[in-house]
Amino acid sequence: MKTLRRNFLKIAAVAVLGWGVRPASQLLASGGGAEPSEGLLFASRHSVHAGPNALSAKRWAMVIDTAKLNEKVMEEIQHVCHTLHNVPNIPGKQNIKWIWETHMEHLFLEDLHEYQPEAGAKSALALCNHCDNPPCVRVCPTKATFQREDGIVMMDFHRCIGCRYCMAGCPYGSRSFNFMDPRPYIETTTPDFPTRTKGVVEKCEFCAERLAEGKMPACVEVSEGALTFGDLADPESEVRKLLAERFSIRRSPTLGTKPCVYYLV
Amino acid sequence: MLEKAINGSKVYWGWIAFLLLLMSIGAACYWQQLSHGLTITGMSRDVTWGFYIAQFTFLVGVAASAVMLVIPKYLHDYHKFAKILILGEFNAVAMVILCLLFIVADLGSPQRLMNVLLHPTPNSVLFWDMVVLNGYLLINILVGWVTLEAERKQIAPPKWIKFFIYLSIPWAVSIHTVTAFLYCGLPGRGYWLTAVLAARFLASAFAAGPAFLILVTYIAKIFTGFDPGKGVLPTLGKTVVYAMCVNLFLLLCEVFTVFYSQIPSHMAHLQYLFVGYHGHGVLVPWMWSAMIMAVVGILILIVPKNRQQDNLLIIGCLLIFIGAWIDKGLGMIGGGFVPNPLHEITEYVPSQLELGVSLGIYATGFLVLTILYKVAIGVKQEVE
Amino acid sequence: MYDKNKILTGLAVFVVFMTYPFWNNIGSAAYTRPVVEKPKNAKECVESVEFMRAEHMAMINTWRDEVVRNGQHEYHSTASHQVFQKSLTKTCLKCHENKAEFCDKCHATVSVNPYCWDCHVDPKGEKK
Repeated sequence: MKTLRRNFLKIAAVAVLGWGVRPASQLLASGGGAEPSEGLLFASRHSVHAGPNALSAKRWAMVIDTAKLNEKVMEEIQHVCHTLHNVPNIPGKQNIKWIWETHMEHLFLEDLHEYQPEAGAKSALALCNHCDNPPCVRVCPTKATFQREDGIVMMDFHRCIGCRYCMAGCPYGSRSFNFMDPRPYIETTTPDFPTRTKGVVEKCEFCAERLAEGKMPACVEVSEGALTFGDLADPESEVRKLLAERFSIRRSPTLGTKPCVYYLV
Repeated sequence: MLEKAINGSKVYWGWIAFLLLLMSIGAACYWQQLSHGLTITGMSRDVTWGFYIAQFTFLVGVAASAVMLVIPKYLHDYHKFAKILILGEFNAVAMVILCLLFIVADLGSPQRLMNVLLHPTPNSVLFWDMVVLNGYLLINILVGWVTLEAERKQIAPPKWIKFFIYLSIPWAVSIHTVTAFLYCGLPGRGYWLTAVLAARFLASAFAAGPAFLILVTYIAKIFTGFDPGKGVLPTLGKTVVYAMCVNLFLLLCEVFTVFYSQIPSHMAHLQYLFVGYHGHGVLVPWMWSAMIMAVVGILILIVPKNRQQDNLLIIGCLLIFIGAWIDKGLGMIGGGFVPNPLHEITEYVPSQLELGVSLGIYATGFLVLTILYKVAIGVKQEVE
Repeated sequence: MYDKNKILTGLAVFVVFMTYPFWNNIGSAAYTRPVVEKPKNAKECVESVEFMRAEHMAMINTWRDEVVRNGQHEYHSTASHQVFQKSLTKTCLKCHENKAEFCDKCHATVSVNPYCWDCHVDPKGEKK
């Protein structure tokens, strides 16, 4: 009995030590220029090291002018985004979408009433809101989804374990899970962007890979002026001007997620 | 003590062989899941958790039930429970193993499971669930084994084990509380977003868990002649029925809050479960069966005389156990995801392969339970 | 000794099982370093050949974290002091055009199966 207890204590002590030492050693071994911007335990905002050509902002945000959206534009946006990011076209309920068209009444459950013209047949685009207070990041057990200092909520496909907690946490249905190998469902593969593998979650990343190269998000480029992207912290930015001039709403603001996609109605 | 598990009757070995057969069926189904992904399940973009996570949620409750024996025995000196205490503890071990297996089965990328330890993230409730479940597993293995070994040697258990026994009480509460927190802290999921969820989980756990223990003890009695002692099971039956009453009360509190406030995003889920929502309602017959079972179970077991009769006690426990299983193992998760936050409806029905994997996992849990009970009862009968 | 036969049989099975890799390889050819296809239009890699041969996997692993998680896209070479983009497809495969004759050949010989290509796309090939 005594040995049992002693062994138990020993094992427990080693386990506790091992657990504590690993992150600590990682912190100490952070030489080589790249300070770990990942929080030691709790999720923290990741700093962005923008290169010389990159577009950067304090707080990225998007403004969608619903009046300028029509079927053609929305289809084009969806097509460009999904092609560029190798989003598979899977039929059925295990599908994957980064940006998609849906009815205004689904987007704004509590903000519209039946006598508004917007509430009728009109539809708009839904995508990840890149919330300032993202529940998906809060619930992720591996920090596979994380937030950058400029507000973009990113996915680390290498780290995701596929628990889908983030999908339960997201109140906007912005996340998709790879129930199967997506490759057979990709019509034309864009070599510069990875496909995903079965068993990970994915979503819109505000084209972080394009911002790093100095390009605007793909959806904005082809939106014929319906989508505007810019720095919310800069009063002179295009998005701030639009928000100052026009009436705008956000999806389910009462949930406290602070979405950063604004809709002009 | 493990040698007790390799000396058994033909019935024992037949049962083990049967479980191994089920386990291999489950393994074959799981192989399909590993090679094709979770597409083999009935889950979808809208209903992202299904049967696996629901079973995990329900079984956490069955595991926590050991505390309903530990509290009377150690805090109230109710020594009649001493004899079946070990059954509660070993039951907890098997059930937590089941929980862990169901979580792993639900992962899209199980090969990266250890990322949860490599990148520990305390702001995720899932991290804490991992901590409390593994902790509860270790505590129960330790306490069960040490006390059983002492009993076999007919000496008093070492004093230090008391610490772990007392620790197991809040720990049992914690496993189900944390499991409820997985759900009730999510914005935009009206069915779960209620502070009463953890309390309801505990209440239904303390009904379903001891009900399961009573049933298993009867089975052990039939096959091994194990005698739990006079009046022990009826007393435990009292726990079952009181806990179920509390569970039902909390459910009614929920129903009142939701329907008197008339907030659509909260009403939709209960409507979907009990009357159907916009023509969708696969779970409606299930939910009403669960309610009827719960009420009939309560009506039977609330009468003290009925609890004294073996047959009525068994029927009552069976009704309450199945009722709680439907409520939590089917309704709790499915109901939470339908309708989705955009108020679109995608229904969920588990696929055959999904049920096959679950069958295999259940068989694994019952194998662990059988072996542990064989050891425990073997030791008890050897001492007598 | 009780159950002498059972114990000895068990031990024998265990020993045979544990030494399986050794006797399974008896008679097979000795390891030779595979000849991989070298880039035609580049002389030097981002680091020395010896370093790349030993450390490329660790380097790529670090790159992916730095790019994905920290948004650091630039690699400053210690060998040539040039700046490269940290990218498997845009940097590595730009010179090492033939994945099958470079990556796969060596990986196959040493029986490693990195899952990079489950997601990352070989720009030139893999036409299924």
